[in-house]
Amino acid sequence: MADKVIYAMYDDDDVLKNGAKKLVSKGVKINEVFSPFPIHGIDPIIGVKNTRLGIMAFIYGLIGLTLATVGMRYFMIVDWPMNIGGKPNFSYLDNMLAFIPITFEFTVLCAAHGMAITYLIINKTLPGMPAQNPDPRTTDDKFVMELRLSENTSFSSSDLEGMLKDTGVIELDQKEIE
Amino acid sequence: MHKEAAIREPLILGHKTYHDITEDVCRPIEDKAPRTWYILFAIALIIGLYGVGCILYLLGTGVGVWGLNKTIGWAWDITNFVWWVGIGHAGTLISAVLLLFRQKWRMAINRSAEAMTIFAVFMAGLFPLIHMGRLWLGYWVLPLPNQFGSLWVNFNSPLLWDVFAISTYLSVSLVFWYIGLIPDFATIRDRAKKPISKKMYSILSFGWSGRAKHWNRFELVSLVLAGLATPLVFSVHSIVSFDFATSVIPGWHTTIFPPYFVAGAVFSGFAMVQTLLLIMRKAMGLEAYIHTKHVEYMNIVIMVTGSIVGTAYITELFISWYSGVEYEGYAFFNRATGPYWWAYWSMMTCNVISPQLMWFKKLRRSLLFTFIISIVVNIGMWFERYVIIVTSLHRDYLPSSWSMHFPSHIDIGVYVGTIGLFFVFFLLFARFFPVLALNEVKTILKSSGESYKNAPDTHHDEPAPTAPKVEAAAPVVEEVKEEAPEAESKVSLSAEEAKAKAGALISKLGEGSADTKDDLKVISGVGPVLEGKLNDIGIFTYAQVSKMTKEEYDLLDELTGSFPGRAERDDWAGQAKELMNKSNS
Repeated sequence: MADKVIYAMYDDDDVLKNGAKKLVSKGVKINEVFSPFPIHGIDPIIGVKNTRLGIMAFIYGLIGLTLATVGMRYFMIVDWPMNIGGKPNFSYLDNMLAFIPITFEFTVLCAAHGMAITYLIINKTLPGMPAQNPDPRTTDDKFVMELRLSENTSFSSSDLEGMLKDTGVIELDQKEIE
Repeated sequence: MHKEAAIREPLILGHKTYHDITEDVCRPIEDKAPRTWYILFAIALIIGLYGVGCILYLLGTGVGVWGLNKTIGWAWDITNFVWWVGIGHAGTLISAVLLLFRQKWRMAINRSAEAMTIFAVFMAGLFPLIHMGRLWLGYWVLPLPNQFGSLWVNFNSPLLWDVFAISTYLSVSLVFWYIGLIPDFATIRDRAKKPISKKMYSILSFGWSGRAKHWNRFELVSLVLAGLATPLVFSVHSIVSFDFATSVIPGWHTTIFPPYFVAGAVFSGFAMVQTLLLIMRKAMGLEAYIHTKHVEYMNIVIMVTGSIVGTAYITELFISWYSGVEYEGYAFFNRATGPYWWAYWSMMTCNVISPQLMWFKKLRRSLLFTFIISIVVNIGMWFERYVIIVTSLHRDYLPSSWSMHFPSHIDIGVYVGTIGLFFVFFLLFARFFPVLALNEVKTILKSSGESYKNAPDTHHDEPAPTAPKVEAAAPVVEEVKEEAPEAESKVSLSAEEAKAKAGALISKLGEGSADTKDDLKVISGVGPVLEGKLNDIGIFTYAQVSKMTKEEYDLLDELTGSFPGRAERDDWAGQAKELMNKSNS
């Protein structure tokens, strides 16, 4: 589907944020914002939902906890109950104190790496991926707001541009995309 | 945006813009390395290679090449191991614990401190590995199915806990560090001019684009990783201390060890951060970001943790007497007055007395004093481990086997070699990686930057009044061409008028030609679109731009019609003058 994208560039995060507020109040849908650093407070304005990665981290942590418990119970209690100082490992619960450090470490290991890998995959940021920011300056000191014509059918592109101009843009650009 | 009290010292000195931060951090990476870098790198490399040679000799010959004996079975290897792990702790403390406490000053130092952590843990990990003697069987520390029947590693042993703790710590720190690096690599990628570095940084940056959703995830991942790394960092050194505390050797068998080791680790780690950063900020011109206030904050941490360590030493000493255990009492009496008294008193001086000097504001804000103390603390903390390990072992229960420890040249070579290798890594990091978390620093510019703090409140909250005057009268825009700079059509000037005005403008600024063209995009406020327009009018060089005054700006605004007042606000002429000076020098 052919679509037109309007890129509005700003040189200040607060100007962009106020501009976005203004546009959204007029019913404009902002597709994306590219910025060199996180703009605090932009997410609710442009309708980006909070990430659920934290929940994923918790789940990965639980998996790690389970694996460590099951593993150590098998190694130390079931398969070969080691007899240390006349105190054989007969029950997991009685011997658990010695297993806490590794249980903790393994939980952290799984939670941290699981979350990091998920983060990279859902972001599609992996080695060799091409950069997708519309302008190289958006990783330096410029902020770009991306509007799509197909998402703003009630406005013409000139309407949108007119509205953008009132928000303190420094550059406007547009592109046809497939 | 958070507002910060005006009486707090700004964290970013001078009048920096977002672009300045990028420039300041990227310049050392993009410029040629200074000669001192090559000299330091060569020295570090030679020392490091000597260390590698010693390690190879050790692996070929056996652990017997160390100066160990029957009584003192653990000496420099474990001392160095604990020393390096301890140094590593500061990086995680800065990036994780200070993130949870929302300490903004961490942002200038967390990147390099974490790099230090990772390299220090590399060095630490080397010692248990080579201590195995048969390095190629190192995988035996993992619980792998094997051909020896039900032979598993011993999960009751603190040494195995160490394996899990150190490897978790190293890999989680690495991930935490790298996730923070990705957006900064993207910044370097987008600035890179040479194809090779463009390619390299493009791979390293994983295609980061800075979308709002990605930043949202980025912040949460950083927060959760910090939450995970905080207990991790405390657990790691606690577990390292269990290596000693769970044994029954007098002088080791104490419950005070975990907190005391953790405090000592943070203490020595911050000292190492100070040593490295005081040099780095100078060498790389980062004085505006890492300044006296940061050093003072770190010195306060050194003072607090140093006091905890001092209290622990004295508590240990008291308990050894108060417990009434003869062996325990003798172990400590022997430490202070036996043949290793010099090690004990070096430790006491370096670690107990020197941090107390930080109570004086003048001293803790003095960079030279800080540098000296940081080295003293590092020496002291090495002695602490040496005292704990060697003096506790050298006189055991059986006086006939009492002995002394003399390091062999391999002991010394391996230790010095790890210092060399550490600096090899750190110098490479300083050369090719952004040493400041530049994207994080940008987030605090408005709340803690000097120029914003002292500016009137409304300065940046309100969008600048840029509504174009011409627009009201402008006819409706016709069909917009693809990629077309839209603004042109809005100008209500006829072609002839425009030509006349352009002529007038050029006559004032002087002729320029496309042959002697400067990169006008460097001027802040000028992008590729605007550059094209300027070129169309006949403005090609900085020299021309530098001659612009109010009158010319107005003319230009009429011609380009796009963003009235912008050129004047951004002071293009001033910027162009500076750029001219730069290219001339």
